[in-house]
Amino acid sequence: MKADSNRLLLSGNHAVSHAVKLVKPNVMPVYPITPQTPILELITEFHAAGEMTGEIMTMESEHSAMAAAITASLTGVRVFTATASQGLLLMHEMLHYAAGARAPIVMFNVNRTLGSPWGFWPDQTDSLAQRDTGWIQYYCENGQESHDTTLQAFRVAEQILLPTMVIHEAFYVSHSMEAVEIATQDQVDAYLPEFNPPHRLDPQIGESWGNTVSQIMFQNHRRDMGDAMERVLDVAKKADQELEELVGRGYGIHEQYRCEGAEFIIVTMGSMTGTARDAVDELRSEGLPVGLLKIKLFRPFPVADVREILSGIPKLMVLDRNYAPGTGGILYQELKAALYGLEGAPEIHGYLAGVGGTNISPANIKEMVHSAMGEKPVAHSVWKG
Amino acid sequence: MGYEINEEKVFNSGHAACPGCSEALALRFILNTLGKDAIAVVPPSCIAIISGPQPLSSMSIPVYQTTLEASAASAAGIKRALISKGNNHTNVVAIAGDGGTYDIGFQALSAAAERNEDIIYICLDNEGYMNTGTQKSSATPSMAFTTSTPAGKLSPKKNVPEIMVAHNIPYMATATTGYPDDLARKVKRAMEIKGGLRFINILTPCLAGWGIPDSAGPKTSRLAVQSGMYPLYEVENGESYTLNYGPNGLSVADYVTTQKRYRHLLAEDIELIQAEVDHSWERLQKKF
Repeated sequence: MKADSNRLLLSGNHAVSHAVKLVKPNVMPVYPITPQTPILELITEFHAAGEMTGEIMTMESEHSAMAAAITASLTGVRVFTATASQGLLLMHEMLHYAAGARAPIVMFNVNRTLGSPWGFWPDQTDSLAQRDTGWIQYYCENGQESHDTTLQAFRVAEQILLPTMVIHEAFYVSHSMEAVEIATQDQVDAYLPEFNPPHRLDPQIGESWGNTVSQIMFQNHRRDMGDAMERVLDVAKKADQELEELVGRGYGIHEQYRCEGAEFIIVTMGSMTGTARDAVDELRSEGLPVGLLKIKLFRPFPVADVREILSGIPKLMVLDRNYAPGTGGILYQELKAALYGLEGAPEIHGYLAGVGGTNISPANIKEMVHSAMGEKPVAHSVWKG
Repeated sequence: MGYEINEEKVFNSGHAACPGCSEALALRFILNTLGKDAIAVVPPSCIAIISGPQPLSSMSIPVYQTTLEASAASAAGIKRALISKGNNHTNVVAIAGDGGTYDIGFQALSAAAERNEDIIYICLDNEGYMNTGTQKSSATPSMAFTTSTPAGKLSPKKNVPEIMVAHNIPYMATATTGYPDDLARKVKRAMEIKGGLRFINILTPCLAGWGIPDSAGPKTSRLAVQSGMYPLYEVENGESYTLNYGPNGLSVADYVTTQKRYRHLLAEDIELIQAEVDHSWERLQKKF
């Protein structure tokens, strides 16, 4: 290791805390929940040691944490919070409220199974169930990506004025130790402009927020949110490129891995991507034309990009570590909707793989690819381990 | 009390309250005492309606309308953001109804009190969910009719003023619109005591919900105090009690017989409420 290296051995969660320290939020309402807690613990340690300033609010619930995050943000300051699972669900009302208020809060969510029954396992249903709340959503596969994406999230949220959720999975990412290159303060200061919104709660300005509106005012407000969401695609790509120029790491809003000449593409989101990459390498070495598409930015869903990338590909296999009873895998639904009516659209196999945190190995994925290659897909998600 | 009300025009005419509404009266003394260096948080309630629909506002300060259970957390978020920007002068006030305070908002309020957030929290207590058409809240007193307790409420009113005192907050006061100078003075006192959560419970008789004439708000408010149903007092730091106005010889019967929400009561019911009031007053008196 070089003496001047900024490389630390960190859990995925602590990689996030280091990013938060660098962006210097003014207000951080926090509430503990497994497996998110190490994010807040390291932040409060930084704060106690004088390495971070700002207001830490030790709330009595996630609902109040988000309520305070919204008003702090509307008062015109940078806000961060983090949660997981049940906590995210308790916030649900306030997630809609935050987006409606155009409060550019950045929140980290650690994916964990939802009760009942209780579990502590990686499963993306908690955050995917918030897909209609008006939050931008990023899914990360390792601590390095979570660190870098947290930095990007502040840039995108504050430019677009929509709240942004950055997400990784319980334990596989949150508690796994890996070498993480921490951005420097100079890099982050150069990357993130000061947040100083013209509209804010301020007696000198006198503007209010939240009063009842007419039907058409409500509709227009929703349309504005939709327009903002559309702008996210370009802003997020640019935020990624500009961070890459500074720190040398970029991800895109989605990633194609070994898709050249591919006739079969695996689609993943989150930690399973790394496993799928290994499976693709092995399948390629067996001579099979298999590639991988990782969806990183899930909201807004990159429909145009996905249609362009997947047009002419004969087959897809979507792996969902989440489950919506009655409809199946959520990424599978999103992809089917995105590809509807596309000329040369691929056949899609939707596999429920790793729901509840069951382990999916490269061998499992290879097996799924082999069976999918020889079958016609059915019109619904299929359980696979 | 010799307090001279000093009003700065913050609450304006043209608001959407019912004619004679006690809450509008309370808001006038609260907001005009607070002045313009303030930000208000209001949850769903009649207060939100009185505040006005977008783009209108009856209040010349920023008003953030939050969700029903979140007033204290929302107010604390604003205050912390102001502190983080070096602003230690702007008052942040949550003004919520009794449903938003005694019931669904209580968790957030208790937590904000425990953290001693530097905010003023005012409950406009009209003893029920009046904005949704008179349903029972935990502030509804014994035997009162509401549309969700049509035979009368079977349990007494929750004693939130004393629960707030038990949080050892710097200031807790009860007030009511029939004593405007006392009410305004308490708002002023709350403003003077900075650095913690200050709570004022203001009894605001609801004309429609209580079944009283349009002109009877202040009179009913005074009867509540004089009958011992609602003593006016204040407590600093959880232990220093001061009585402002207590019962003066009037009975519960003098209070309840003027309100339609009590018209189903029999003489023995009124006696039971009288016994409850006597007991509460006896307990409270020991604290002064």
